[in-house]
Amino acid sequence: MSAATAARRRDAAPEAGPARGPSRGSAAHRALSYVVLVGFALLALGPVVTVVAEALSPERAADGTGLRPQNFADAWVQGRFGDYMATSALVALVVVVAATLLSIMSGYAFGTMEFRGREVLFYLFLLGIMVPTEVVVVPLFFDLRTLGLTDTVWGIALPQVAQSVAFGTYWMRAYFRTTNRSLIEAARLDGAGPHRVLWSVLVPIGRPAITTLVLLVFMWTWNEFLIPLVMAPAGRLRTAPLGLALFQGQYTQGTSLLAAGAVLVALPVVVVYLVLQRHFIRGMLEGAVRE
Amino acid sequence: MRGRAPRGRATPYLFVAPALAVYGAFLLYPLLRAVQFSFYDFDGLTVGTPVGLANYAAVLTDTGLRAAFGHALVLVVFFSLLPLAVGLVLAALLVRARVRGLPLFRTVVFLPQVIAMVVLAVAWRRIYAPDGTLNDLLRAVGLDALTRTWLGDYATALPAVGLIGTWVSTGLVTVLLMAGMARVPKELYEAASLDGASPARQLRVLTLPAIRPEIAVALTLTIISALKTFDLVYVTTGGGPGTSTTVPSYEVYRRAFELGEVGAAAAVGVVLTVLVFAVNLVVNRVADRQR
Repeated sequence: MSAATAARRRDAAPEAGPARGPSRGSAAHRALSYVVLVGFALLALGPVVTVVAEALSPERAADGTGLRPQNFADAWVQGRFGDYMATSALVALVVVVAATLLSIMSGYAFGTMEFRGREVLFYLFLLGIMVPTEVVVVPLFFDLRTLGLTDTVWGIALPQVAQSVAFGTYWMRAYFRTTNRSLIEAARLDGAGPHRVLWSVLVPIGRPAITTLVLLVFMWTWNEFLIPLVMAPAGRLRTAPLGLALFQGQYTQGTSLLAAGAVLVALPVVVVYLVLQRHFIRGMLEGAVRE
Repeated sequence: MRGRAPRGRATPYLFVAPALAVYGAFLLYPLLRAVQFSFYDFDGLTVGTPVGLANYAAVLTDTGLRAAFGHALVLVVFFSLLPLAVGLVLAALLVRARVRGLPLFRTVVFLPQVIAMVVLAVAWRRIYAPDGTLNDLLRAVGLDALTRTWLGDYATALPAVGLIGTWVSTGLVTVLLMAGMARVPKELYEAASLDGASPARQLRVLTLPAIRPEIAVALTLTIISALKTFDLVYVTTGGGPGTSTTVPSYEVYRRAFELGEVGAAAAVGVVLTVLVFAVNLVVNRVADRQR
């Protein structure tokens, strides 16, 4: 069961709190709940608001007082966050497209076909969901350096495609297992081959599951830190979080510029989250619940 | 009914092959290479010499590494146990309260989950800075004596980093537990109330057994994120002051890419991987047995 459905069910049934009988206990409970609700929300937002406020405040007294949106332009150009964001966008594009396509195909096979070794292969993919980046990044760096892949987009992207494919295979298999068998049979009787069944029948109706996968992979890739840190030692290719971390290490002054950079780095995922939040919450909670 | 693909036995394998190729080359193979590296004394430049289990022995004997794993345990308290305790109380209070705005609340407290850890670390550095928000607040209420450089003080650096984790995890854990609690029928609570069961007893007897799967997921997610902490330490303290906030992931990075102790780094990575698998297994085993 997902948090979203649970929540919807709750919202649909606005019944009383604990049946303590008289409404006074219930009213106190309600008041306390509001205090906790607001207090907790403020605590969660506090650090975020601090950064946004700092990003908008003038660096020096000479810059005047009041809001200073100019900081974002400065961070984009002088702070080179424009370059970092472009690198991140490119890496995210490669990882999302590759991981989604590969996961749809493998999930389709695991979810709808019988074949020898299916169980073993599937557990092999499940294993990858748990393997921490830390352990693979060390040999990856030395082996990809030998192949000349460090300091390239591929060196940053391919290890993340592999990680996302492990989760994506698990996620898409779960979706394909729930699809209607008769739909597949009907398409087959019409003469559709396995590719037609997948791309013309199952993928269009599986858009919600695929959207969730795309969003999660985008978020993980955009926010990833260790892989770009290790795989691009020359510093020519910096993703947004990496650029932010190094910017912070480099300048002790320039807190407004740093804060503006931080807001820029967070913005793409936060905007997508605010628009499509049910996908995020559902995906992150359900994705964690193994069978 | 699970039909065999009509176009021959190779079809399923052809669908799985692309995913398996990338996954094998960029995740499974590096994992095996890490195990191989861990038996060598290897500086990343010259040919390594086999040293048997010496790198693993160092995990147990090297004071720096032992300290790193000790710090990871402390972080588990902050990332996992503290949010679980707080989340249980908050979720129990909120799920049965007749309050408006729960969807908005969920969106807000889940927000830290989607923002890059580097951005959150930058925000919290400002809060903990000598002239930061926390010290400002303390001065405002006359507690000047308590002000300090929170991340630069041996006594406070590790708890300060840990509390950032508490802040990140609590929203996730609360949302997760609320989803589970929403499943418990209201009538059970009403009956228990009529029987004179206190709220604490209701939580223990009714709620906890019902939401065991959610607790297992919350513990698994948060314990693993505590064990794998890297970006947070890299940006806030760099392991310092001294080695007071270094963690296993940070030691992997430092030893492999700064100190040229690649074999030792690989061994730390393998131990970390084993720990992550063990946490998954133990938490889920316990949750299953008691269900």
